[in-house]
Amino acid sequence: MSDILTIGGKEFTNRLFTGTGKFASKSIIPEMLEKSGSEMITVALRRVDNNDKDDNILNYIPKTVTLLPNTSGARTRDEAVRIARLAREGGCGDFIKIEVIKDMKYLMPDNYETLKTTEVLAKEGFIVLPYMMPDITFSRQLQDAGAAAVMPLGSPIGSNRGLEMIEMIEMIIRESSIPVIVDAGIGRPSQAACAMEIGADAVLVNTAIATSSNPPDVALAFSMAVIAGRKAFLAKMEDKKTFAEASSPLTGFLGES
Amino acid sequence: MSFLEKITEFEFFDFKEYFDSVSSQDVENSLNKNNLDKFDLLSLLSNTATPYIEQMAQQANKLTIQYFGRVISLYAPLYISDYCNNSCTYCGFNRQNQFKRKKLSIAEIESEAKVLSNSGIKHVLLLTGEDLVKTPISYLVESIQVLTKYFSSIALEIFPMDTNDYKTLINAGADSLTVYQEVYNKSIYKDVHPQGMKRDYKYRLLTPERGAIAGFRAINIGPLYGLGNVQSEAFFAGLHAKYLEQKHPDVEVSVSVPRMTKAEGGISPKNLLSDKTLVQFMLAWRLYMPRLGINISTREPAWLRDKLIHLGATKFSAGSKTDVGGYSKVNKGNIPQFELSDTRNVDEIAQMIKEKGYQAVFKDWDAA
Repeated sequence: MSDILTIGGKEFTNRLFTGTGKFASKSIIPEMLEKSGSEMITVALRRVDNNDKDDNILNYIPKTVTLLPNTSGARTRDEAVRIARLAREGGCGDFIKIEVIKDMKYLMPDNYETLKTTEVLAKEGFIVLPYMMPDITFSRQLQDAGAAAVMPLGSPIGSNRGLEMIEMIEMIIRESSIPVIVDAGIGRPSQAACAMEIGADAVLVNTAIATSSNPPDVALAFSMAVIAGRKAFLAKMEDKKTFAEASSPLTGFLGES
Repeated sequence: MSFLEKITEFEFFDFKEYFDSVSSQDVENSLNKNNLDKFDLLSLLSNTATPYIEQMAQQANKLTIQYFGRVISLYAPLYISDYCNNSCTYCGFNRQNQFKRKKLSIAEIESEAKVLSNSGIKHVLLLTGEDLVKTPISYLVESIQVLTKYFSSIALEIFPMDTNDYKTLINAGADSLTVYQEVYNKSIYKDVHPQGMKRDYKYRLLTPERGAIAGFRAINIGPLYGLGNVQSEAFFAGLHAKYLEQKHPDVEVSVSVPRMTKAEGGISPKNLLSDKTLVQFMLAWRLYMPRLGINISTREPAWLRDKLIHLGATKFSAGSKTDVGGYSKVNKGNIPQFELSDTRNVDEIAQMIKEKGYQAVFKDWDAA
């Protein structure tokens, strides 16, 4: 049975989403994509240079991979909306990852501005994927505002600390009727597997891949971990238990008959 | 509370005594911490920390890659006028210096912009001396407007002004601000700025804050090393950067490390900053502020810049000309504000960055 993730009418079989930032060279990106099989990649519009015919980052992304331009650098709704429109005009498609960040030290998303941006862009027909602080109420508000998926952070961007927000993310996963993509902070394949095991629909990993000494192999490792975690989730693996449990503690006395 | 109050707390602080009292244990404690405070910064700037420079470098290199990636952003300066009413004793534009001054016309600025943008540069730093008659706000607005046609980000390194004037320039298309305190030590500041608007220490010190309030998205600060005691100046630079980061979290804060290398502008610097100490300072700042941008200009020699890529640097100027009209040669024979050391062109710098295993980023913003 095929296990397909649909976002904005587009189907994905690979649930590892990747990024284009922090690489030593853009030329590593095609191999990284090929080896991992990643079908969606985010790119900061601030780094896209459509006037540069030779070295435009978009030239390194195969047409088969869905482009997820992001609004990195935006500090307000107006800036994010402007960047999203530039992305669409520049031929980057209708997908947009909203990043509105007013905190340059911790790079925490501004949920209020993110919501206002989502409202505007969803009305303009964008497929909106907001990067957000994991909060169940906020997740519902984004959904009501027209988000196509939500992207709660696992831990601060680039921190490699994994799912520090796991309880909050699990709430969102249980209640959300739109896909939940865990974004930011995933530093190891085991952490990506964990996100998938608890039911995330996909994960987005950039720093851990881009800053490693072998991005294609690391991307492959993440891709495999995502598959493992997803299989475990679909197989409805049991929760881990704090104590050992006898197999029939309540009814064992009734015997076999 | 402004940074003036913050710096005033150190008015009677005995830096020499403090730096001399730092022990190896202090340095090691600082190196084992995740969140460093100002006393850790002092420890890491001290001579006691110098033997730990390799350990500092290893940690700083990791942090820089984690937070910035294997990436160096590039920019270039564009001088539009060397008229100046100040008499900064260390500067080639000093009003006492007799030379034929030049202010570019808007058409000449456009010629400069064309040459510079053809070299691949996307982020430009516009510079001028302080002369409100020769280079009024209206002239700066027009200059910025013409630059928006050629560049994706425009930074300003111009004379300090009020918040509302900065807003006018932001509306014209500028997005970033560089302003150097030159020297944080108040009495030296008075000595090296004998006349002109720049004599006002407080007004200059609070310029980055006015810029942040006006809405600049990135602010670059730093003293000119050589004027004051290098260690205490480096400490104030870090303290100032941290203050801005905390007070204005939506602003990207960075520091530059301009240093006088010899008798520049006719004076002999009492406090030369050595290569090794420069590196130690960069590392100390990186450990103190993992997200701090560190900007290295073409004042520094090529061989050193090549090494600094791995030592916390995040931004390089490239292919710079520091004389008015220097790119399109509209104005032969003008004197540069300071002498360049790294004279490689933009392609050569980008190639070197690539060879070091880093990506040269030309475009990192889309100005409106």
